[in-house]
Amino acid sequence: MGLLSHIPFLKNFAELSQLGIMGMNRRNYSYIGRYNPRSLFPLVDDKLKTKKLALEHGVTVPELIGVISSQHDVASIHDIVQDHPAFCIKPAKGSGGKGIMVVAGKNDEGKYIKSNQQVIEREDVQRHTSNILAGLFSLGGATDVAVLETRIVVEEALTKFSYEGVPDIRVIVFRGIPVMAMMRLSCAASNGKANLHQGAVGVGLSISEGKAVNAVQNDHPVRYHPDTGQDLFELALPSWDRLLHLACACSDMSGLGYLGVDLVIDQNRGPMLLELNARPGLSIQLANNQGLLPRLQSVERLKSPQRMSIDDRIAYAQKYFHVAPGAASILGDSFTVDPEA
Amino acid sequence: MKLSRQPFYLFIAILVIGGVSLSLYRHYAFNVPWLPGEKRLVWSIEAKIEFQARSEPVKVSFAIPDTQPGFMRMAEHTASAGYGLAYLEDPEGRRAQWSIRNAEGPQTLYYRVDMMVDNSQWKTSGFSEAPALESMDDEGPYVTAAKALLDEALERSADAYTLTHELIQEFNTQTQREQYLLQDTSRIVWLVKLLQEAKVPAREVLALNLEDGRRRQHLVSYLQVFAADGSYKLFNPSTGQLRKRDRLLLWEYNSQPLLDLLGGTRSRVMFSMIEQELPINETQELEAFQESSLLDLSIHSLPLEEQTLFKGILLIPVGVLVVVFLRIFIGLRTSGTFMPVLIAMAFIQTKLMVGLVGFISILAIGLMIRSYLSKLNLLLVARISAVIITVIILIAILSVIAYQLGLTEGLKITFFPMIILSWTIERMSILWEEEGAQEVFKQSGGSLFVALIAYMLMTNELVRHLTFNFLGLQLVLMALVLMMGSYTGYRISELRRFKPLQDHASQTSGNN
Repeated sequence: MGLLSHIPFLKNFAELSQLGIMGMNRRNYSYIGRYNPRSLFPLVDDKLKTKKLALEHGVTVPELIGVISSQHDVASIHDIVQDHPAFCIKPAKGSGGKGIMVVAGKNDEGKYIKSNQQVIEREDVQRHTSNILAGLFSLGGATDVAVLETRIVVEEALTKFSYEGVPDIRVIVFRGIPVMAMMRLSCAASNGKANLHQGAVGVGLSISEGKAVNAVQNDHPVRYHPDTGQDLFELALPSWDRLLHLACACSDMSGLGYLGVDLVIDQNRGPMLLELNARPGLSIQLANNQGLLPRLQSVERLKSPQRMSIDDRIAYAQKYFHVAPGAASILGDSFTVDPEA
Repeated sequence: MKLSRQPFYLFIAILVIGGVSLSLYRHYAFNVPWLPGEKRLVWSIEAKIEFQARSEPVKVSFAIPDTQPGFMRMAEHTASAGYGLAYLEDPEGRRAQWSIRNAEGPQTLYYRVDMMVDNSQWKTSGFSEAPALESMDDEGPYVTAAKALLDEALERSADAYTLTHELIQEFNTQTQREQYLLQDTSRIVWLVKLLQEAKVPAREVLALNLEDGRRRQHLVSYLQVFAADGSYKLFNPSTGQLRKRDRLLLWEYNSQPLLDLLGGTRSRVMFSMIEQELPINETQELEAFQESSLLDLSIHSLPLEEQTLFKGILLIPVGVLVVVFLRIFIGLRTSGTFMPVLIAMAFIQTKLMVGLVGFISILAIGLMIRSYLSKLNLLLVARISAVIITVIILIAILSVIAYQLGLTEGLKITFFPMIILSWTIERMSILWEEEGAQEVFKQSGGSLFVALIAYMLMTNELVRHLTFNFLGLQLVLMALVLMMGSYTGYRISELRRFKPLQDHASQTSGNN
């Protein structure tokens, strides 16, 4: 480093690099650009395609009620959801949780009640659907279709961690191996959305046990959920192995080398796939208080991890990416990088 | 999985070496200096003569300018495939004469002259000499009517200049008589005749208003009136206003026709011009400058009309480089990747203040109107089309207001990229609905900041000099962009983002 390290920001760059933190340029160039073939992007950018693919591969997804693909059919939405009092409307090509409307039920007058107890007219539901079709929420404003799904019932053990909205689990799967995970908890500040840049709480999870290692909100460490007051470090996910299995299976079916898998746990149906992301964000590093690069590089040194069985891959991750629960220390001795050992 | 990087670096090396050596070649072989240095302003003006030949011998005689007060003629050349060319110099002025035995169909002839701005230059060829007086010998109803106008103007004037002014006023107020006189011949011809009749030497001159980078311009008629002491002034024949001599090149001043065409029809003449700042030694070797060879990768070998275009286009890579740098190294967010470059290009045309005010007001008003459109629940394509029309109406209104206020710079607001602006408004509006106003200000502020930096670089004297004179540097710019495209380090903005991680790391290591 020598003289150069005295220039303020170069010194900081060197520190970040030492911590193994991945920057945007590195993610785009060395991982997305190298491991994610462009031709596979439509599979994950279109929720309907992802859903079909998942069903073919036997991956559990929220139940599909129906699809509305033309403005002409918008009025028929009320018939389609007749038998499903609790449902949600999503844009197939939406990103970042935009344009998702969750309906919890109907009141006596036949009006809809949203998940936050707000009563809305039938016309409001129609207009929202129409906006989805016009492409208001899709990438680049392309025309879209509206996907109707049953509403997810939050697993009881997790309800106290979330305020309005469904907490989801993001797992980064690299070359078939889960490398880092976090839980995203919606809160009042994020308007029920589970996206970190919108103010949701991110809880880093240990890959080995699915327990909290650290928590952040708006990039800053927190200990308690801002709305429910729940101690976030008590978070321990039930059926963690099944979640990891699901994430690996999703990675295999998508064919993408660097993938963000968003999972939820339904009270009735257990872990299921919510959506896939070919450009997963970098905030997961903040939630885990840990850089992604050492883990990614250790997987890169493996010859062909895709040929390993899912169990072997999970065992690899649990062995080498182990972090003690609750311990947000990131330079600890718990971290080993020696895949050949 | 990893591709070998060697071909990539080799390619970059070739680009850099190629670019640098082309530039070196231009520097040493053509004496183009690296720095702008001390310079003379040279106007290159190109006349493009177009006509339809009728399959018979063609003779084209075209008036061409000479050294005159304010300008020294440096060099001239023509491009005209198959035509014989002669420069004629006689007391009646300089003319270029093209001839060909047989020509058919559309014909294009080019004449280009380089005029150096030189205020010490007073050697002229008949330009400041008054023409001989001629009196109107023909009698008739027109002459009688015209003389009536002259008599009234004579009453209210004291000398040659006031007479000219009054005479033009007379034409402007007595519209009926003017209409009648125009049936015979044009106003300026009448003005000249009447002034001559009043023993005031006068003539019509054809002049070109000089403005950098203009294309498809036409000559403008002015009335040159001489006073008794031999001085003269130029009048605008329709308003009577005086025209100062700055940025005005007199093209024809011997009462000769601009173009004399035998064997062709439907002729028209258009002018393009470009302002160049050439080092003094270079202006002296201007002739050598114009011999083009393949290795002389210089846009100076192109026709002027294209040169004026390239003067702007060659700056775009500089702006693009700024965008790439700020996005990859700094991590600045802008709305629309290259929108800032287009905005910067528009700023160059409009001048900064007018551009900034125009841009911000169009964006602000556009966003307001767009927020109303979003309530109408329109389909996307229709909504964006409505925004485009809104933007065009806004630009039209702003232009009118600016013109009424006397801000002629405001007229150039039409240089704004309208479709891009509309998309920006659309995207900003969605952003506003989804992420709130803060993000909108962040992104539009970012775009404006990038545009300003690009603008400052693109108007920089040295940058303009280098890009315009050394085409090889484009290859170097290309190499820079490619290299930045493979930068995988951190962005400056990520320092702040990942600061909590860093802080934590230093805490724990401090505890140990």
